[in-house]
Amino acid sequence: MKNRTKIPNMFLIIILVIMYLPILVIIVYSFNASKISTVWEGVSLRWYQELFRDRSMMEAVRNSLILAGLSCINAAIIGTMAAVGMMRISWKSKGMIAYFSTIPIMIPEIILGMVFMVFFSFLGLPFGMVTLVLAHTAFCIPYVFTMVRSRLIGMDVSLEEAARDLGAGEIKVFFTITLPLIAPAIVSGMLLSFAMSFDDVVISIFVTGATTNTLPVKIYTQMKNGVSPEINALSTIMLLGTILVIGGSEVIRRKR
Amino acid sequence: MKGIKKNRAWLLVIPFYFYTIIFVILPLAYMILLSFLRRAEIWGVTKEFTLDNYKNIFEPVYLNTFVESLKLALLCTTFIVFLGYPFGYFMAKLSEKWKNRVVTLLMIPFWTSALIRMYGWIIIFRSNGLMDRFFMAIHLTEKPLRLLYTYPAVVVGMIYALLPFMILSVYSSVEKLDWSLIEAARDLGASSVHAFFTITLKLTMPGLLSGIVLTFIPSMGLFFVADILGGNKIVLVGNLIQEQLMKARNWPFAAALSVVLTILTSLILTLYRKVAKVRELEGLF
Repeated sequence: MKNRTKIPNMFLIIILVIMYLPILVIIVYSFNASKISTVWEGVSLRWYQELFRDRSMMEAVRNSLILAGLSCINAAIIGTMAAVGMMRISWKSKGMIAYFSTIPIMIPEIILGMVFMVFFSFLGLPFGMVTLVLAHTAFCIPYVFTMVRSRLIGMDVSLEEAARDLGAGEIKVFFTITLPLIAPAIVSGMLLSFAMSFDDVVISIFVTGATTNTLPVKIYTQMKNGVSPEINALSTIMLLGTILVIGGSEVIRRKR
Repeated sequence: MKGIKKNRAWLLVIPFYFYTIIFVILPLAYMILLSFLRRAEIWGVTKEFTLDNYKNIFEPVYLNTFVESLKLALLCTTFIVFLGYPFGYFMAKLSEKWKNRVVTLLMIPFWTSALIRMYGWIIIFRSNGLMDRFFMAIHLTEKPLRLLYTYPAVVVGMIYALLPFMILSVYSSVEKLDWSLIEAARDLGASSVHAFFTITLKLTMPGLLSGIVLTFIPSMGLFFVADILGGNKIVLVGNLIQEQLMKARNWPFAAALSVVLTILTSLILTLYRKVAKVRELEGLF
């Protein structure tokens, strides 16, 4: 019996190790004193210091946080309202609109980026934070919408009906019954939206202006024209953030 | 009472309709229109109707790019199936405690920026980098392999970026599997291999197929992987669209390329829906 579980476990371990290899390499090299990544010159915090002194980098971090924050809030509002509303209307067009709304996450990102770029310049919108938020909101809405909708479909309608029969108004029913029940779906939709927006490079490259850099766009341009080990330091910090968020949500999930 | 409820609910969907029409349907329609217009001499487009942009795609250079992209996507997807399916399957069979641990372990690379993870591979693949030195140290090769900016490096990068999608879709469908069916088959004398191919594989097909869709479609458009790990040597449809848009400034041609890629994508999705007989992609939500 023991031998039979050994091969699967080995397989899982090997794949996980390979998955973590590039990440570990980045963390280790972020403490490398040398500027060249092939040479190891001892442990140093030099790149962390340079990172925090790099104003354009810090601005890119700020832009990315604003962008991801705004896009996921927009998506949460529009997507949740739509998922709740769609359950209560019987328009013929609703299936079609729901289908079209998911196109942004179905087609390759490059097409979405291209489409927004030509469309925004057709509209004459100035490229920058506004175009970024508009584009990112478009691909964040489907995440929230789909998650909230599938939660609503699995929900017990009799709770809402009971509250209404007891005389609660529509708005009251929504805030006291429906909202608490769909809140987990909204939160996970928002988290996913935030991560997707914060991480996006393909769409952002097309719709960003000359002066607004998001973090992934900045990293991408640096990677193409010779990198500074600052990127290692930055990546390590971002990784730490990711681990904290995932660890945190795990802890919350287990407490329930 | 019901009448009132219905009357007000439309207010909730208005922003969604508005956003979908203005920022999804209209831009897509504009892309299609643009693909039939002639490019202006210096800047922008003329109002002249033409099919030249589509004819252009059949030029050997561009057609070749499409074929190469499909080949790479196919190659990567094949690797991902053979790595991701067993992983998802074995993972679903772990004890509850270990299952949760592995899910968490998968989440960290999954949520880490794809760009950053690619950068780790640059350090590994670079000539005289970690991999070269490791291979030379164990005397596997005498000279540095110089893997960075080669085709295999791009393949590794793509597999690496997309493998989690396959693992998670397979995992979620193996999780739902009714194991008593396999036990019954085994009791009736089926070998474990036979039981796997006739029952398990069939029942987890939706997960496998959705994993294939989730890896095949993005792998045609992930131009930055080819850019970063392949240098300028490997040109995929994604790179071609980007180049036409940003450098050549031939927007109608870029639009035509995108239309063809979109059609290709919808064909794959339609095929998926027909074969898997479901509408939503498994494991995505």
